[in-house]
Amino acid sequence: MILLLGRRLLLMVPILLVVSFLVFGLVVAVPGDPAITLAGDNATPERIAEIRGQLGLDDPLAQQYGRWVGGVVQGDLGASLFSGRPVATSIAERMPVTIGLATLSMIVALLISIPAGIIAATKRGRWPDRVATFLASAGLAMPSFFLGLVLVLVFSLQLGWLPATGYVPFEVDPVLWLKHMILPAITLGAAAAAETTRQLRSSLSDVLQQDYIRTARAKGTRAGSVIVHHALKNAAVPVVTVLGFQVAFLLGGSVIVEQIFALPGLGGLAIRAVIDRDIPVIQGVVVFAAVLVMVVNLAVDLLYGWLNPKIRTA
Amino acid sequence: MTDTGSLEQRPGRPLEADPWSTFTGPAVAADQVVAVTSFRRFLRRFAGQPMAVGALAVLVVLVLAAIAAPRIAPFDPLAQDLQDTLQGPTSEHWLGTDELGRDVLSRMLFAARVSLVAAAQAVLLAIALGVLPGLMAGFLRGWVDAVISRITDAVMSFPPLLLAIAIVGVFGPSLTNAMLAVGVIFAPRFLRVTRGAVLAAREETFVEASRSIGTPVLRIIATRILPNILSPLLVQTSLALGFAMLAEASLSFLGLGVQPPDASWGAMIGRAYRFLAQTPTLVVFPGIAIAVCVLAFNILGDGLRDSFGRDTRGAGR
Repeated sequence: MILLLGRRLLLMVPILLVVSFLVFGLVVAVPGDPAITLAGDNATPERIAEIRGQLGLDDPLAQQYGRWVGGVVQGDLGASLFSGRPVATSIAERMPVTIGLATLSMIVALLISIPAGIIAATKRGRWPDRVATFLASAGLAMPSFFLGLVLVLVFSLQLGWLPATGYVPFEVDPVLWLKHMILPAITLGAAAAAETTRQLRSSLSDVLQQDYIRTARAKGTRAGSVIVHHALKNAAVPVVTVLGFQVAFLLGGSVIVEQIFALPGLGGLAIRAVIDRDIPVIQGVVVFAAVLVMVVNLAVDLLYGWLNPKIRTA
Repeated sequence: MTDTGSLEQRPGRPLEADPWSTFTGPAVAADQVVAVTSFRRFLRRFAGQPMAVGALAVLVVLVLAAIAAPRIAPFDPLAQDLQDTLQGPTSEHWLGTDELGRDVLSRMLFAARVSLVAAAQAVLLAIALGVLPGLMAGFLRGWVDAVISRITDAVMSFPPLLLAIAIVGVFGPSLTNAMLAVGVIFAPRFLRVTRGAVLAAREETFVEASRSIGTPVLRIIATRILPNILSPLLVQTSLALGFAMLAEASLSFLGLGVQPPDASWGAMIGRAYRFLAQTPTLVVFPGIAIAVCVLAFNILGDGLRDSFGRDTRGAGR
């Protein structure tokens, strides 16, 4: 297991290197001069030159890259071009909202997909399977913002059960936090639920055709026990892969969902930065999200080792 | 390529016999026979899937409607009528009017053009960026594969939508930049599908045979590998078109894609959601259009997957 961890960590190094090139490349790719943007409309050439100096834009690219990576490794993501606030501080403030939303969405996805996937796989070809498969396909096809707006329309505007927008921190009032987060979490989790249901259905139906399942049934093991104790753990391997991918999609999708429900998360920060063309903030959010996705994928790889001991030595 | 389609039609033929014993004509003719029968088998299997055929029909109708938009749209999509804003469906305006009194049906017909063309552009770019490196990685393997795979891993470790937003953020909001971004985030999928298919195809006996008689590498790729990776690529294309349409809709919803007065379905929802309480149909109709279209691409992709390839357990479903 430790060997697996070490090998995976080593594999991450080249990927991190490429990620850092790509994100740093964003700055190089920016058309126009950020110093001119920053200096405003009636700036003198001297003022622009001064800002270029402050931002280190006149240094060689390799030096700029080294300075940037050096900072990132120490948790310094630079400062916003406009507010001057450290990017790392802004991210730290908004991270709990996005992570909370992503976690809750994942829970929603699992609560829907595990029963739905089991029902679809065990009733394969019959109507429960058809209904679950159709709903899963529809869930994948529905744009999250559309689903979110329909939920707001029904549960906030028509029924008045849940708030349409706003946010209350978990530590202030957990119940209010949950009330504000339910609709966003369903909105964001629906696509993940759909994808996971499809995956669980297909991997569980494969596993259920294996000889050892027939043996377990022949021994007289009860149907529920066959699924829970014999089939699910093996069927979980491809499902965990999909869940790992889902984390990236959830973090991306949260940008939209936060926008609809006015949640003060990383998505709002990213959108604001894109509109202002505040490159250090864009870079910071993207790097943070990429590293987060990599850490989750590392955890997924380790989970494989637990689910399937063959992988540990492979 | 095992050709079970032709075998089924000639039941007396021994399955395990030396394939050359029945070989009479020149190799080229045999290739054509194989191509024709496998295409027929594909058509037969595809026709046996009512969902996939239905999805294809929906998409054909949508494309035709988008092409014919200037002829069939009841109103000018940009014509404003400030006396008649935010209407629900009426006999005059079948899908109602928006906040500037523009006819929603006409706008949706024109938006279909933007949404479909944008998705196609993004997927073409993804194919252009993904297939060649995928071929190289799968065929050459070794360090080329290692380098290309690490770059793919890196691109795939960005949350896709966030990467698209960052790219649009750097180059400025426009439909072209949004589609560039979507193309870039989909390229790794095509790369992986291509690489996987090439890795499988290069182990085939017929590729080994070609290699052993000294066929040049490029010729092997063009005549032996490419035809065998076309079907997974076509499946992936159909699925990617659906996802690209969702991505374009998301970016345009955020105001980072198509810019006014042009609109895509996503952009229409982005404008309409401020009026959700007054005129929910403004959000609902474009939303249904996106969902139906993406669903059709997904069902078509699944149908293609089940219609291609060799007979496997479950392919007859």
